[in-house]
Amino acid sequence: MKQQNILSQVKSLTFREILYNNEVRAFFFQVATLLLIFGLFYTIIGNLFDNIEARGIHTGFSFLKNRAGFDILPFLGNYLQDYTPESSNLTVFYVGLINTLVVAFIGIIITTFLGLFIGIARLSNNYLIAKLAGGYIELFRNVPVLLQIFFWYNIFINIFPHPKKSLSFFDVVFLNQRGLYLPKPILENGFLLVIIAFVVGIILTVFMKRYFNKKHDKTGVHTRTLGYSTLLILGLPAVFFLLLGSPLHFDFAVLGKFNLNGGMQIVPEFIALTFALSVYTATYIAEAIRSGIEAVDKGQKEAAAAIGLTQTQSLKLIVMPQALRVAIPPTINQYLNLTKNSSLATAIGYPELMSSFGGTVLNQVGQAVEILGMAMLVYLVISLCISLLLNFVNKRMAIPER
Amino acid sequence: MAVNELQSTRKPPIFQIGAILWLRTNLFSSWVNGLLTLASLYLLYISIPPLLDWMVLSANFNFGTVNILGFEIKFSEVMADNQNCGREAACWPYIYEKLYMYIYGFYPREESWRPDTVYGLTALLFVIVRLVRNYKYKNRVILSLIVAYPIVSYILLAGGFGLLPVVETHRWGGLLLTLVIASVGIIVSFPIGVVLALGRRSNLRVIKLFSTLFIEFIRAVPLITILFMASFVLPLFLESGNNFDKLLRALIGIALFQAAYFAEVVRGGLQAIPKGQYEAADAIGLSYLQKNALIILPQALKISIPNIVGSSISLFKDTTLVLIIGLMDMLAMVNMTSQDPYWLGRETEGYVFVTMVMWVILYSMSRYSRKLEIRFNTENKN
Repeated sequence: MKQQNILSQVKSLTFREILYNNEVRAFFFQVATLLLIFGLFYTIIGNLFDNIEARGIHTGFSFLKNRAGFDILPFLGNYLQDYTPESSNLTVFYVGLINTLVVAFIGIIITTFLGLFIGIARLSNNYLIAKLAGGYIELFRNVPVLLQIFFWYNIFINIFPHPKKSLSFFDVVFLNQRGLYLPKPILENGFLLVIIAFVVGIILTVFMKRYFNKKHDKTGVHTRTLGYSTLLILGLPAVFFLLLGSPLHFDFAVLGKFNLNGGMQIVPEFIALTFALSVYTATYIAEAIRSGIEAVDKGQKEAAAAIGLTQTQSLKLIVMPQALRVAIPPTINQYLNLTKNSSLATAIGYPELMSSFGGTVLNQVGQAVEILGMAMLVYLVISLCISLLLNFVNKRMAIPER
Repeated sequence: MAVNELQSTRKPPIFQIGAILWLRTNLFSSWVNGLLTLASLYLLYISIPPLLDWMVLSANFNFGTVNILGFEIKFSEVMADNQNCGREAACWPYIYEKLYMYIYGFYPREESWRPDTVYGLTALLFVIVRLVRNYKYKNRVILSLIVAYPIVSYILLAGGFGLLPVVETHRWGGLLLTLVIASVGIIVSFPIGVVLALGRRSNLRVIKLFSTLFIEFIRAVPLITILFMASFVLPLFLESGNNFDKLLRALIGIALFQAAYFAEVVRGGLQAIPKGQYEAADAIGLSYLQKNALIILPQALKISIPNIVGSSISLFKDTTLVLIIGLMDMLAMVNMTSQDPYWLGRETEGYVFVTMVMWVILYSMSRYSRKLEIRFNTENKN
């Protein structure tokens, strides 16, 4: 339609007019860009196939079925996928994916609390605490995160003793240079019911809160719900747990002659990585929280005090909801950054996606295009999910305007 | 009469003046605050003294005789070696011994004046830019410097052209490499970023689509995947297919990566320009290029300067990642030099040293960016 329009115009115009016609120019530039980009891709992909053929590299995804043939540091991904060197390359991919998600998940939880704490401490009226928080931010934000990962990994390995002389906490938790050993939970039949009870407890609590909030809106009567919610969330699963005859026991680590046996080993690579990422990202989250709190108008606090709210009520009901509106979007962006930075594990050999799949498998198979493509796709999907979450949150928190 | 007697003013209670008042209001204003203060003091007590002890008090400073700018300073009779250094505290002679590696990598020792000259030129560049601020032809001077500086630096560092002996890029390392990657990354990616930002705000759908796709794709993946791509796949994209310079490959990856981030920063600046500016430029008949070069970009870039510096700081931190694809930057030197059989197991000293160097550079950059932010903020308010 539009093109016909242009063409019909073109006939009635002189050459000079055509040259200076905006629509013609727009059309020309877009076609030129398209041609340029397709030409580029055509050459690149042509060269790619020529080079791959010349080097005798295989193509396609059949390598995923091949035997991996190497050991992976034992961690969650390993346990969940029953990984052995006989497993396929696809299993390596899953192991890496699980390990990436574990680091991201645990890191996000720790960094949120740490960032929240530091951000609030930064604004404390206690001089020492405010300065300490400021020093923390300046120190950890201005050191590359990869350097921090190396540093903590090195410290962990050097500071903690040899397995023979493991530090023991009541013979339940052990700590040595090979990592932290926790009791390994072994679930028996029926434990699923306890988990279901836990989830049901949470759902009931949400409904209960809604009910009491409505009641508060209608009648102004405030009900304390903390007791009820603890009872629902912790009590309900506890009752089921006891009724089913404690369907859970722990496999404790035992100090053998040279090494610890059993238990759940949390490798130092994981601890160093999660710690460094959380500490680093927390500085950004703290700054986000701080700017959020500072963005709340002073009049809001004064108004809250004027209508007789206590300090806690003012913080909880007036300041925080407004501060979080400013602070949450950058915080979610930092979650994405943390997830992306987890790929730095390659440097210390924690077996996440880029280290085991994008590293070891790539070196063995040599099919860089397929392997890196898969890895990039995973990060694309993760960041897409986080963007969707961000949009959702933004929409929910947007101030409804008249 | 007593009424007219001069009353001496009472002294304020001791709790309400000076240090005690300060302590009461700032540290012990309430029970909770007091406890928090004590807890933080304890935290400082358990962390600072051991750190100070490790770094300074018990540390080994036996450098032997050091020649600093012609002055001979004697620290000890002989330089300490790894054995008599002790494991309980820092062994700084290791850093002294490996300092050349940390700063120049494997750059030939007899040629080290060349990086030094580049460092000097860089400092001189900043001084000149400040000095000519009020000069009539300052734009011409700055522009010619900006064009000449990379060329001169490249000739000095890489050699060739029959002027200087060639030093291959795989011999560059340490701080030199870090600075080269960071500065080339920033200088090359900035124009690409501006073009991408304009492309993303363009009315031409095809251009907008491809700019957006590129920016969003790059921003969604970690830098490592891009570096791996640049290192493994980029050679396959080219006609000859053979391995060209590793540093150049990394630089291409980093420049493309950083361009996407600069594009978003510049786009933020572009969005802040009022629509009236565009319309006014159109009204006086400026072309697209004239409109952007003369009206829009000067304002947009000025607003986004603090964020540009912020993004450059990120890039500087990200340069450490090149060690994963085998380039010997400053951080890689720690792992490299502590493999030396004479200095085994001195990683901690290395990491602490690199941390200090990096921290000083990054902290001054971030202070500078904050200063700019304050300066531009006040200008906007007027």
